[in-house]
Amino acid sequence: MKKEPVKVREKSSAVRAKSFEEVVEGFSEAEALQEASRCIQCKDPKCTTGCPVGIDIRTFIRQVTEKDYDGAYFTIRQKNNFPSICGRVCPAEYQCRKACVFTKKAAPYASREAIGIHFIERFVGDHGARKGLQVKADGEGKHAQKKVAVVGSGPAGLCCAGELSRRGIKVVVFEGLHKTGGVLRYGIPPFRLPRNVLDFEIDSLKKLGVEIRTNTVIGKVKTIDELFAEGFSAIFLGLGAGIPSFLGIPGENLCNIYSANEFLTRVNLMSAHEFPKSHTPINIGKHIVVIGGGNTAMDAARIAIRLQHMNGITPDTTVLYRRTEVEMPARRLEIEHAKEEGVKFELLVKPEEFVGDDKKFVRNLRASRCELGEPDSSGRRKPTVIPGSSFEIDCDQAVIAIGLGANKILTGVTPQLTTDKYGDVVVDGKTMETSIKGVFAGGDIVGGEGTVIEAMGMAKKAAAAIIDYLDKAKK
Amino acid sequence: MKILEKEVLVDSQGVRIVKITIRSPDIAAKAKAGQFVVLMVKEEGERIPLTVVKADAAKGTIVLIAQEAGLTTKLLGKAVPGDSLYSLVGPLGHPTEIKKYGKVILVGGGVGIAEILPVARAMKNAGNHVTVIIGSRAKELLILERDLKESSDEFIVMTDDGSYGRKGFVTEALKELLEKSKYDLVYAVGPIPMMRAVSMVTKASGVLTLVSLNAVMVDGTGMCGCCRVTVGKEVKFSCVDGPEFDASQVDWQELLSRNNIYSEKEKHICRLHGAG
Ligand SMILES: Cc1cc2nc3c(=O)[nH]c(=O)nc-3n(C[C@H](O)[C@H](O)[C@H](O)COP(=O)(O)OP(=O)(O)OC[C@H]3O[C@@H](n4cnc5c(N)ncnc54)[C@H](O)[C@@H]3O)c2cc1C
Ligand SMILES: Cc1cc2nc3c(=O)[nH]c(=O)nc-3n(C[C@H](O)[C@H](O)[C@H](O)COP(=O)(O)OP(=O)(O)OC[C@H]3O[C@@H](n4cnc5c(N)ncnc54)[C@H](O)[C@@H]3O)c2cc1C
Ligand code: SF4
Ligand code: FES
Repeated sequence: MKKEPVKVREKSSAVRAKSFEEVVEGFSEAEALQEASRCIQCKDPKCTTGCPVGIDIRTFIRQVTEKDYDGAYFTIRQKNNFPSICGRVCPAEYQCRKACVFTKKAAPYASREAIGIHFIERFVGDHGARKGLQVKADGEGKHAQKKVAVVGSGPAGLCCAGELSRRGIKVVVFEGLHKTGGVLRYGIPPFRLPRNVLDFEIDSLKKLGVEIRTNTVIGKVKTIDELFAEGFSAIFLGLGAGIPSFLGIPGENLCNIYSANEFLTRVNLMSAHEFPKSHTPINIGKHIVVIGGGNTAMDAARIAIRLQHMNGITPDTTVLYRRTEVEMPARRLEIEHAKEEGVKFELLVKPEEFVGDDKKFVRNLRASRCELGEPDSSGRRKPTVIPGSSFEIDCDQAVIAIGLGANKILTGVTPQLTTDKYGDVVVDGKTMETSIKGVFAGGDIVGGEGTVIEAMGMAKKAAAAIIDYLDKAKK
Repeated sequence: MKILEKEVLVDSQGVRIVKITIRSPDIAAKAKAGQFVVLMVKEEGERIPLTVVKADAAKGTIVLIAQEAGLTTKLLGKAVPGDSLYSLVGPLGHPTEIKKYGKVILVGGGVGIAEILPVARAMKNAGNHVTVIIGSRAKELLILERDLKESSDEFIVMTDDGSYGRKGFVTEALKELLEKSKYDLVYAVGPIPMMRAVSMVTKASGVLTLVSLNAVMVDGTGMCGCCRVTVGKEVKFSCVDGPEFDASQVDWQELLSRNNIYSEKEKHICRLHGAG
């Protein structure tokens, strides 16, 4: 008997497009049980190989079917520190779900029939959070004398801090911004990751004894050498990929052309959607164009359409992408959500020039149509411009969401730290140790733009190596 | 982040400039001439950049001088000793390159006068012959005259209305100096039209001219790209690539228009909060 996949409950698109409340409402217990019961408990579960941190998915799903939710929580927590976060933001359709036996081979992303692993994970994570389940500290006392500095409070830094403090190691997290979470806070909007979920995870770290110092840019107010001099035995760098890329086309610096980082930060970190109650302004165009096809572009577009709704502007937000939907790197769910909320998509389009008015505000975008040629170095078919296909789009606000590069604020003043041609920190693949002894790194600053779970995977590897390093240093 | 002292330097003709001393040992120990901080007065506030006018490592304090422009600087102006800022991060941006250039002219206009003070001191200590030109609309709006006089070999005051010093713009004095003698560096901070005018004057003589740009910022660490300016043919982020740039290469029109992106909203919020 084939069971139908359980569709996750969501706020209706008409309601949610006017607010920042969470879109995906998640599974009830009955729904989680039903979805879990679809899992056929493969002997050789492919889903786990698809998971960047190798969660024992089969086991936790079985535990759910047995209503052993506590057990399921601890199974996940063996590998994943933040199930409530990953259950919400993991691109499961490219990871565990894509590997699930229910997905046809060679499909670009998971089929609908693949088990809704991430939704079950979220259910379990939220259960654990509600009950305040704490993973026990192990190896206590052994490293009580040691202090480790973690730079950056994104998922990489937080995960590393959690792993170390669980072993009784004193951890101090340094964060440049006034709030913690990295992209989880300033990039991913609250309608995908509610702030109470994020705050809960960060608070539990504090309960474990992790000290967090915000407003501290390492490289500016303190150097790596100074951290060592202050008595830190090892340092983990979770700096992220913080620098926005631009298209390099004429008119790109016109007013009301934002990088996605600026647009998202103004809203997610600075609450510009609540202006004037919050003091950070943001402009809201009548015709908003978002350029890009990743999660960042989807987040920007969905915020744009919300801002339009909330300000009584007839929604008109368009995503421009130079390939087709199949090549879009964004999560499938978010693409669907964007469409449901009224975001328009113009595919196979390449922006050529922004045109402004006499006050230097953007008014128009000239673009060309593309077709897909042979695959390029990324393995995706390369878009080429169709000659003479140029056209104009009304655009009084644009958000450029075409990628992020490495932030050099720390690496630039630390010449001993080896970086590659992209500015990413070079590490030993086994230990995540950098060219500086005792300095480890992980997350987007190592791998370039990745995912939350990949960042956490690297951080865990680094944490294990740091513990090893401290052990050896002791002798 | 505690405010230790506050002093109103100017309160006249609609201009209010306040001087604030804040406890921040870490920043005080590190800040160099030309660097800035980003602060928030309140949790719901905006992040704004302000130059570190003085850093006293021994006392663990820094001095900021702000002209009340919009809501955030007005809130700062209302703060009293004992208050704490919600957040303060720094020092950010590259420090000014201090070395022996030879003869240096520093030009400050309006609240920009405060921003040239640390540079004047450092340039003097590095053995330069320092000429300072400061200017404002009227006598009452001038700040830090005594400090700058002490830090310079030659000192010129210009006022638009002639109420003090010489009547005229700072650029007039600058032009005369450059015609009479050879200088090795001009460093200017002030309103954008002033910096642009300085750049026009010095272009003719070819003397290297640095300006500290006041682009609108959010994070101040290179993350948002809000502060981008075109210098030469390249797009730079003023918070991490600057804030100082070669004046002859700056696209002034772009900077001017980008600084007015939120002018409507800013007027609105000030009215709503009864701050202007
Ligand atoms: C808009 C957007 C949406 C995304 N959506 C998803 C998604 O749905 N699912 C998913 O899996 N991934 C998503 N990603 C990718 C994911 O967020 C990143 O891969 C992940 O956050 C990387 O984690 P990190 O810890 O390496 O870096 P970050 O999250 O970037 O955190 C780095 C932190 O370090 C701080 N920092 C940097 N330099 C310094 C310094 N010198 N001193 C002190 N602090 C410093 C920064 O301020 C920041 O807080 C998205 C990314 C973006 C931008
Ligand atoms: C590196 C740097 C150093 C600075 N140092 C100082 C300083 O030492 N003292 C000082 O008084 N100011 C300084 N400024 C300018 C200061 O940051 C702005 O005046 C401030 O952000 C205004 O905030 P507000 O909320 O009070 O006004 P807003 O409400 O933001 O703006 C009010 C008016 O000021 C204009 N404005 C906004 N931001 C800026 C800006 N960054 N520069 C110029 N005009 C702006 C707006 O167009 C508007 O007309 C500096 C700016 C930079 C980038
Ligand atoms: S591959 Fe799919 S069906 Fe098999 S164990 Fe994993 S989740 Fe269950
Ligand atoms: S202020 Fe954000 S990049 Fe400069």
